Amino acid sequence: MTASPAFLPTTGGGPVRTTPVDAVALEARAAALCTRSIKTTSKRAALHTTIRCIDLTTLEGTDTPGKVASLCQKAIKPDPSDPTVPSVAAVCVYPEMVEHAVEATTGTGVAVASVAGAFPAGMSAPAVRVADIVDAVGRGAGEIDIVLNRSAFLSGDLGRAHDEIAAAKDACGASHLKVILETGELGSYDQVRRASMLAMAAGADFIKTSTGKIPKAATHPMILNMAEAIRDYADQTGVVVGLKGAGGIRTSKQAWHHLVIVGETLGSAWLTPERFRLGASSLLNDVLMQLQKLDTGRYSGPDYVTVD
Amino acid sequence: MAEHMPVDKTFKLFIGGAFPRSESGRTFQLHSADGKLLANAAKASRKDLREAVKAARGAQAGWAGRTAYNRGQVLYRVAEVMESRKAEFTSVLREMGQTARTARSEVDRSIDRWVWYAGWADKVHQVLGTVNPVAGPYFNFTFPEPTGVVVVASPDDPPLLGLLSRLAPVIVSGNTAVVATGGAAALAAVTLAEVLATSDVPGGVVNILTGDKAELLPWALGHMDVNSVDLTGAPDGLADDAVAAAADNVKRIVRADPAGASPHMIGDFLEMKTVWHPIGR
Repeated sequence: MTASPAFLPTTGGGPVRTTPVDAVALEARAAALCTRSIKTTSKRAALHTTIRCIDLTTLEGTDTPGKVASLCQKAIKPDPSDPTVPSVAAVCVYPEMVEHAVEATTGTGVAVASVAGAFPAGMSAPAVRVADIVDAVGRGAGEIDIVLNRSAFLSGDLGRAHDEIAAAKDACGASHLKVILETGELGSYDQVRRASMLAMAAGADFIKTSTGKIPKAATHPMILNMAEAIRDYADQTGVVVGLKGAGGIRTSKQAWHHLVIVGETLGSAWLTPERFRLGASSLLNDVLMQLQKLDTGRYSGPDYVTVD
Repeated sequence: MAEHMPVDKTFKLFIGGAFPRSESGRTFQLHSADGKLLANAAKASRKDLREAVKAARGAQAGWAGRTAYNRGQVLYRVAEVMESRKAEFTSVLREMGQTARTARSEVDRSIDRWVWYAGWADKVHQVLGTVNPVAGPYFNFTFPEPTGVVVVASPDDPPLLGLLSRLAPVIVSGNTAVVATGGAAALAAVTLAEVLATSDVPGGVVNILTGDKAELLPWALGHMDVNSVDLTGAPDGLADDAVAAAADNVKRIVRADPAGASPHMIGDFLEMKTVWHPIGR
């Protein structure tokens, strides 16, 4: 492996180092953490934590104001028959849908996140991408999800990849910036670790695994890898960065294995929506079915949750 | 040259077209009629049942969406493969204590039964569907649709004929099945699973759980994503409130002659849909 570059954090301080990744040990540790069983007495807490950390997402060309409105209702009250079930952290939509989401969620505690910056490929001119972000913020998005410039990153132009994220951070203003690395396109754990450090140094408030638009997405080793990068970054700079897993997280079991990995790597302080998110759409229904099973002692089915 | 060392078969579950062991890691012993240990078979748990129902649900729309003719052809294909494995089925029944003659006869009747039901695939609609006389300017007709996911408690006796006689009427109309079987009869079910896996039946249309029916059935009866439970092969002493739990999602509970055959046994697992179509002038 070539020597890892050191990135200068935009927040000041000395350069941050990138720790090389032992791929075998990383996968072994992730696999070991995924054998952890959640006992019955803790299940409800794990499921509620999962819900509180969900970014309920719809990113389809077929999205309509009506569909976004119903998604928001589900985000606010995932199970209308059970008031103890918490709201999700945020809804995540395309910029065009932000106003409808803001209208539906104002005053409920559910945040509105918007993808921006020519999501999902990011292959537009820098000025266009910044304008996209400014537009989404102007529509009321409190959180902005952008993609890393993989084209620049993979061709070795790390400076450009870094500066574009920094420019995006400026464009966000007070809104939170989540940077999607699209881990499935970066090729190796080392590359992901490097991209994580780059994004954090450039000012990302969250680093996020994937767009959800390609098949390889939020695997458990990848979440562990990025959690370790966040721990490294916090150790070196004292800056706290959040983690968002997205793409392919469909079952409660997958989700709480992510919780275990993050909890064991970063500590339970990270198991809050301020520092950890799960971008998902079908996951919420699976969690609701698990809660129904806890309540009734019987297995539930898709007939007893909404069709989204 | 070294002498061949026999490779004994591992008796596993059949879920979604694959042969997993029980997630619980449990096994139970299968004995022949004369007490000889035949195998350690997988003992399915409630979580295996949950996975089997999930597989059956996933396969149901695709199976029901095939043409009735095609479903019939797929079942004929199963009969063809069974025909070529007659010796194996016969020896399984012999292990259970049947004479060579009765074993052969049961295998023959089982294949005949399966073919008979295969033939019903594209005929049952004509027999059970109706055109209804109504007092109004409507063309009123009723036609059957599959009910969905059916859990079948397979009869212990007759082991093979009972299994096929209860399974065929469930799947021929487009339902998918989770078969619960136990005791020595599990041998016949595991052998059938190998036939199904090597014929054209899509994965998940038939799932087979070996183990303790008394343990599995209350979970099936309570499961909200199961549409019907065939209790023909249920053990005695199944608690009333376990059966009553089936009412929560209005499951069809079926009890029938374990070796019987009738198009109405297909009808037991069908929902009747009635359509009022206005007649213009």
